[in-house]
Amino acid sequence: MTQPVMDIKDIELEFQVSRTLTDFVKQRPGRVVRALNGVSLQLNKGETLGVVGESGCGKSTLARCIVRLYEPKRGSIHFDGKDIFAAGAKADRSYNRRVQMMFQDPYSSLNPRMTTGQILSEALSVHNMRPKDEIATRVAELLDLVRLPQDAAGKLPHEFSGGQRQRIAIARALAVEPEVLIADELVSALDVSVQAQVVNLLLELQDRLNLTILFVAHDLRLVRHVSNRVAVIYLGRIVEVGDSETLFSNPSHPYSQALLSAAPSLDPDDKGSAIRLQGELPSPLNVPSGCPFHVRCRHATDFCKIEVPELRALPGRGEVACHHAEEVSEHA
Amino acid sequence: MSDTQPILEVENLCTTFTRGGVALPAVRDVSFNVGKGEVLGLVGESGSGKSVTLRSILGLSRRYGDVTGSVKWMGQDIAQMPERKLRHIRGRDIAMIFQEPMTSLNPLLTVGLQLTETLKAHTDMGRAARRDRAIEMLDHVGIPAAASRLNEYPHQFSGGMRQRVMIAIALAASPKLLLADEPTTALDVTIQAQILDLILSLADELEMGVILVTHDLGVVAQTCKKAAVMYAGRIVEQGDVRQVLRAPRHPYTVGLMRSVPQDVPPRSQLYTVPGTPPSLEALPQGCAFAPRCQGRTEGCLVARPPLATIAQGRSVACFNPVTDAQGAAA
Repeated sequence: MTQPVMDIKDIELEFQVSRTLTDFVKQRPGRVVRALNGVSLQLNKGETLGVVGESGCGKSTLARCIVRLYEPKRGSIHFDGKDIFAAGAKADRSYNRRVQMMFQDPYSSLNPRMTTGQILSEALSVHNMRPKDEIATRVAELLDLVRLPQDAAGKLPHEFSGGQRQRIAIARALAVEPEVLIADELVSALDVSVQAQVVNLLLELQDRLNLTILFVAHDLRLVRHVSNRVAVIYLGRIVEVGDSETLFSNPSHPYSQALLSAAPSLDPDDKGSAIRLQGELPSPLNVPSGCPFHVRCRHATDFCKIEVPELRALPGRGEVACHHAEEVSEHA
Repeated sequence: MSDTQPILEVENLCTTFTRGGVALPAVRDVSFNVGKGEVLGLVGESGSGKSVTLRSILGLSRRYGDVTGSVKWMGQDIAQMPERKLRHIRGRDIAMIFQEPMTSLNPLLTVGLQLTETLKAHTDMGRAARRDRAIEMLDHVGIPAAASRLNEYPHQFSGGMRQRVMIAIALAASPKLLLADEPTTALDVTIQAQILDLILSLADELEMGVILVTHDLGVVAQTCKKAAVMYAGRIVEQGDVRQVLRAPRHPYTVGLMRSVPQDVPPRSQLYTVPGTPPSLEALPQGCAFAPRCQGRTEGCLVARPPLATIAQGRSVACFNPVTDAQGAAA
């Protein structure tokens, strides 16, 4: 198979919640949000890996760890064989160039006081991508690449619609000729008809520039469409990862099954298998013991409450973190 | 249910806001009916006038804009009704769920108080009865340990729970019509499924009419009986949900349906509607969709197509509607 460009191993990340007055009075220690609890993932060259899950499950935190916005407490991320959090690695700016992130909100991720031209040329000059006199031509090329009109360079972000702004964000990321793109809910804020335009652009650019994409989104249909492989996250843990078509047509983990069946079908007569999850995502302040999903799981046994299931390969399927994966997948 | 007398009849509703001397027609000539226990889906992209339509029905936009047309509630015109009389209908007969569960609840009041407030205004229940009813409502919408949560504040509830509280408040006085403005957009799919199930079962139980505003075609398909598609402030297509989604006749509806990645080869290029929706300040003279439409003719740029009935309960505002076969192929 293809060589993984990015190897994420067992990363864990906690956020400290500041102690409240009651904590002081009751002499309780400050609480921690356990955002990531041992995530391992490989990103292969040229593929799109979709990451899905409910809000608060750690999708965005994972994306931010990969671009070094957060440093994990434990675990490692290797890019091209090098540990990106190793001593001295942070001084290596080339990683920032090779792995670029695109953000969810097109209204806050662009500096409102900079024109598109300035936004793009800043990226070019910071990483010394082009000599000074070639920057203008490169900006024009980039605008062309994301199909924005040439006069866009002189305009400010507020003059653009949401879809156009996300194109600027894509152009900014591509300016530095990255190898990996991290797309955190890139199109979630856009309307359906505009969403399709941006997704098409992303797919086309990926083929043309041989990009590797980590596509974080909560829209399951969209993730199915763009991804080669998909990872399902639940409470900071990957519960299932595998080939996109296999996972979507035959999910093996009870959570993936419930998540996929909850997505409303476009066919009024297809009411779906209607696996309804009870309750809500537990707070990451208080992650349940054992399998984090056991409190909402129909198949949970006493064993699930004690022992954390590891990701393991299932024949004909991807990797699943469930003690009862064999029986569960027969049910589906 | 469609043969019974509709409970709500909206006719030629227009809402125009003014900004800096420029008229912004947010809703233009919108007409539809809702029957007892009927669920109508109002679909469209952001800025198409869905929410303003709902607000105009309840008289919430007249302070900010100019509302014309008639809104008949049980035969009574409420569009021009004075605020004081309207207050007896609002909350009691017609209730509304707002889009943002995070900001629609008062953060300084307990959930119990916000729930009983509605009952105090619209029923003659005593204090204890109101409290019992509030607990019953929270139970009904699936909030565990309802009695103990009455004294909690909105920040102590999660997003899904707050939306349930909103629903409980709306339904406390047993309304006959529920206006739900994107009730599940801020929620995760698993919670969305629970909330929609809840609204549907209540509609069924209480014979309550529902207008569900959403931009998610899947939600419409799964919950609504009738669907109306809005574009730039007007209804462009209306009818039975199966017909509208399976054999759309308006090119915009066709475009919407086809841009959803379903039943297409993975990673293939998706169908897109070229361009973006027009701004309200500069609406095209003819059909608002004409600049983006592939089937436009000279006439589309000059005159505006009226919403014409093409079959029983089915209407389309287009001079050259897509034929059944083409629509079905989409």
